[in-house]
Amino acid sequence: MYQGWKMLELQGLTKIYNTGDKALSDVTLTIPDGQVVALIGPSGAGKSTLIRCVNRLVQPTSGSATLDNVNVTALGAAGLRKARRKMGMIFQEYALVERLTVMENVLSGRLGYVGFFRSLFRKFPQKDVDEAYRLLDRVGLLEMADKRADALSGGQRQRVGICRALIQDPSLLLVDEPTASLDPKTSRQIMRLIVELCTERGLAAIINIHDVALAQMFVQRVVGLKLGVVVFDGGPDDLLPEVLTDIYGEEDWEATIEKVDDEDEEA
Amino acid sequence: MPTLEKDGRKIWQVRTTKSQLIRWGAWLVGLAAFIFSWKEISDNTLWFMMDNVGEVVADIAGRATPPAWSFVFELGRPIWDTLAIATLGTFFSLVMAVPVAFLAARNTTPSKVLVRPIALLIIVSTRSVNSLIWALLLVSIVGPGVLAGLIAISIRSIGFCAKLLYEAIEEINVVQVEAIKATGASPMQVMAYGIVPQIMPAFAGIAVFRWDINIRESTVLGLVGAGGIGLALQSSLNVLAWPKVSLILLVILVAVVIGEWVSAKVRGAII
Repeated sequence: MYQGWKMLELQGLTKIYNTGDKALSDVTLTIPDGQVVALIGPSGAGKSTLIRCVNRLVQPTSGSATLDNVNVTALGAAGLRKARRKMGMIFQEYALVERLTVMENVLSGRLGYVGFFRSLFRKFPQKDVDEAYRLLDRVGLLEMADKRADALSGGQRQRVGICRALIQDPSLLLVDEPTASLDPKTSRQIMRLIVELCTERGLAAIINIHDVALAQMFVQRVVGLKLGVVVFDGGPDDLLPEVLTDIYGEEDWEATIEKVDDEDEEA
Repeated sequence: MPTLEKDGRKIWQVRTTKSQLIRWGAWLVGLAAFIFSWKEISDNTLWFMMDNVGEVVADIAGRATPPAWSFVFELGRPIWDTLAIATLGTFFSLVMAVPVAFLAARNTTPSKVLVRPIALLIIVSTRSVNSLIWALLLVSIVGPGVLAGLIAISIRSIGFCAKLLYEAIEEINVVQVEAIKATGASPMQVMAYGIVPQIMPAFAGIAVFRWDINIRESTVLGLVGAGGIGLALQSSLNVLAWPKVSLILLVILVAVVIGEWVSAKVRGAII
């Protein structure tokens, strides 16, 4: 259904931790340009590991991740830093540098483009600063620019995290449980914001998410991971109770899915 | 197991009977050691010296009062030297302690096998020798004076500052560091953006705390000839000039109180 350019290609990606735990086994996935994919699965299924193997915060044991025809897995330190600029990451606990201001946090997304001393003395190019203000305005936090990050609420922090990822000018977003620390309303707003921004900018995204209903509401494709193996890959409407049972285990899934239908009708 | 079955009910206690007995035993051993030490000290004390303790104290106090107030103008320079030794010494020790701390912290050291043990050795060796002993050594190397005191304070403080700082580095939130790495930042940038902001409060706290300690330590360095107000103290003691001694002690007290006040203010402002 999506004919786009192959943005990200995972080939037989496997990660075995030093403890012997096999977090990912032989994951092969292709994500075309501009597609937003939800990655679902129980805790410990390897969702975070998968995302981190793409930008190599975790070093995969074998297999490869190819972004825009660049084999990220094979890159040396300098090449990896360059490749990371094209992958914006958004974290569960926001991962803002708490003692820096909102503006500094947003501008830290440009670190891959700016030399050490310029970044040390916070002398970012004016066009980066312009872009930072534009992004903060887009997510509704323009007045917060000079506040310290730890003065913000959860939802506001996640918006700053989104700005930091977007100012990198990425072609792919790696999103790790963006809503797990947020209340239901804020969760929806954040998910909507991420998906809207992906559409505006034509970004591909992998979004790890626990909330199946929320995922179904916003994404075009869902991948189910169980014990490091892809057990489902399809549209959000293909997530039938049997599929959820397969991914998570036996449970009454009708309520989860019906609720989504109701919400869709309301909307 | 702290849970016992009794008449079909579960009885819960904090400790098992065995661990409770061990605790009582440990207290008993501690008490015995205390009593033994007390007796040893008592046996080795020349009690006849203590017979007229009250008279001696009263005698010295009588001779020491009133303090020789006019002498205070001659103390300006020595107390200035003391404060300079403490302040500059703290500054230089921090300059050396910061790299040592980054080399010693498990999460920032370039090599756990080679570099970290060396950094830890620097920390332990500078910390374990008292500044008075460093000063004694340095007076014979660089000669008596302020420089010896300055170097003594600098060296003595490296280990203290580096130890507290590397513990702070090891306790940072790694996710913030990951987030900076994920932007494509270089290792130096990761340090400047991911690590330094997180350890800044600890760093400032350590700096003023050590400065506060160093003021007190540098007041005695003069006793071994390493400059500062201790030099004046020693020469006054040597000639039994008690009014001067009491004045010097008063000046030291004021300097220490001011130092504590400043460091408390600074720490309050940071945290």
